[in-house]
Amino acid sequence: MEIMVALMIAVMTGCGVYLILRLRTFPVVLGLTMLSYAVNIFLFAMGRLRADAPAVIGEAANYTDPLPQALVLTAIVIGFAMTAFLMALALRAWGEFGTDHVDGKTVEQDATDEERR
Amino acid sequence: MASHLIILPILLPLFAGLLILLEARQRLWLRRLTGLLATALLVPVVLLLWHQAASGEIAVYRLGNWAPPFGIVLVLDQLAALMLAVTALLALPVYLHACRGDDQNGANFHALFQFQLLGINGAFLTGDLFNLFVFFEVLLIASYALLMHGQGADRARAGIHYVVLNLTGSSLFLFGLGLIYAATGTLNMADVSRVMQQGNLVSPMLLQVSAALLLLVFSLKAALLPLSFWLPGAYSAASAPVAALFAIMTKVGLYAIWRLWPLLFGHDASPLDGLVAPWLWALALATLLFAAVGALAATRLAALTAWLVLVSVGSLMAVITVATTQAWAAGFYYLLHSTWSAAALFLLVGLISSRRGLLADQLRSGNDLHPALGILFILLAVMLIGLPPFSGFIGKLLLLQAVPAGIFWAVLLGSSLIVLVAFSRAGSTVFWRQQRDIFAEKMPFSDLLPLLLLLAMTFALIIFAGPAHEAMGSIAEQLMNSQLYIEAVLGEQEVGQ
Repeated sequence: MEIMVALMIAVMTGCGVYLILRLRTFPVVLGLTMLSYAVNIFLFAMGRLRADAPAVIGEAANYTDPLPQALVLTAIVIGFAMTAFLMALALRAWGEFGTDHVDGKTVEQDATDEERR
Repeated sequence: MASHLIILPILLPLFAGLLILLEARQRLWLRRLTGLLATALLVPVVLLLWHQAASGEIAVYRLGNWAPPFGIVLVLDQLAALMLAVTALLALPVYLHACRGDDQNGANFHALFQFQLLGINGAFLTGDLFNLFVFFEVLLIASYALLMHGQGADRARAGIHYVVLNLTGSSLFLFGLGLIYAATGTLNMADVSRVMQQGNLVSPMLLQVSAALLLLVFSLKAALLPLSFWLPGAYSAASAPVAALFAIMTKVGLYAIWRLWPLLFGHDASPLDGLVAPWLWALALATLLFAAVGALAATRLAALTAWLVLVSVGSLMAVITVATTQAWAAGFYYLLHSTWSAAALFLLVGLISSRRGLLADQLRSGNDLHPALGILFILLAVMLIGLPPFSGFIGKLLLLQAVPAGIFWAVLLGSSLIVLVAFSRAGSTVFWRQQRDIFAEKMPFSDLLPLLLLLAMTFALIIFAGPAHEAMGSIAEQLMNSQLYIEAVLGEQEVGQ
């Protein structure tokens, strides 16, 4: 189970980083979302992975650490709000520039930049 | 009653912000009055707290009365009190400046300003790492919106970069926190330090990775070199009062490093000993040089000021890595001076650019400016370059005294020289090479009042340099002695384990 969870976090983080490095705002937003999912599962795993163990003391003989779960909850809420804000910001920038380039460049400007390189 | 005073710097902006939200659409004067009252009330509160902390006692406020390390604690030691005082004294003039009219360029400025203060004050007070993350997010989300205050394509562009960078930073912060929890089983700063000193770590490597990640995040907030490219763009795009308030924001990152340094990095034989100091030292010096060169290349006054903020970040980070009482005392003094004078320059640039029409703050010759602006500019320039007799000179002198390394002297003095050149060029272009001889309109005193307040504070730093330096010395001593902090927070808890 550990290896699977670790691989999952790794793949999600990798995808997130790749998407953040993209040129358009929408992939960047998706990338940040991926990264925050990865981080949430990572936090969850910090209390050690245990199957069939509730996060409540006294309910079962075997219980898991409740603190990371509380942390994840906070992180999810904050991440959600931040994503919503970024989404609104990206839309506003799109309205402002008429393009979804992260630097506000138009397609033509971008093409000339490429040529110069 | 007195013990509840500690949480007031958090509650006051919170409730003021919420109250202002109720009046979000109508009655501007009511919003201004509420904001002004809250910002002004913060000053006596933090001065009281400063007075309380100056006795050397570390006050701990347990939220919900949960005993640490299980509950969240607010900790008021001298460093926290100092940072609160710097913020409150900065916020009042900045807010006054904003109420001259900059606040009408967008919605919700007043509420956001209060929430920004809430986040900053909370970050200074908290004694819990996860809570620090939460307050970071509070101050960041307020700063995202404040940065965009006043519309404009430049701001939207700078805003996207700033937000994406900081969101990535927040993710890394969470990774770091998770690892700290995995390594030590706690997130209370004092408890993390205690567990580390007792050596019952699950894995030293986990702690090393987490400490490196946390430092990475704080360096991003503080804008240390490889992570500092966002700062000039963001700060120079922001409107004047917002940029002036942001002068404290890089210091929040520096404060976090300062706070954790004695707790995590200051112990011999700990897995973190010597892990980051050599890196940070080199990067700090590189930041200093890079920022000075950037100031030289700036084409706008606001950009020049933003690069100067970066200069102070470089100097302060170098001082942190030296980690002696004397160096830190000098660092605190320099922090006061650099925050207030950079904010004053941001406000002055705002006044200048509002009088130059389309030219705004570009380094091009334009119409005649009021002599008062020129005098203030040269005053602030002399102050920020670090020439006698102003606080910048005393600050840099203390830094040089405290850090005897030759390379630090060379870099600090060299960067001061470059900044001097940049300032001379900017000043002579903007103030001396006028095309037309139209004398600009009158200079109402109310425009200058916030600036003069900030200047008066830096002048107080010169006049009371002796007592101030002594006070900084006692802050540094208290901070250096991490046992005091741990005992104050955890008390007799240690028996319990």
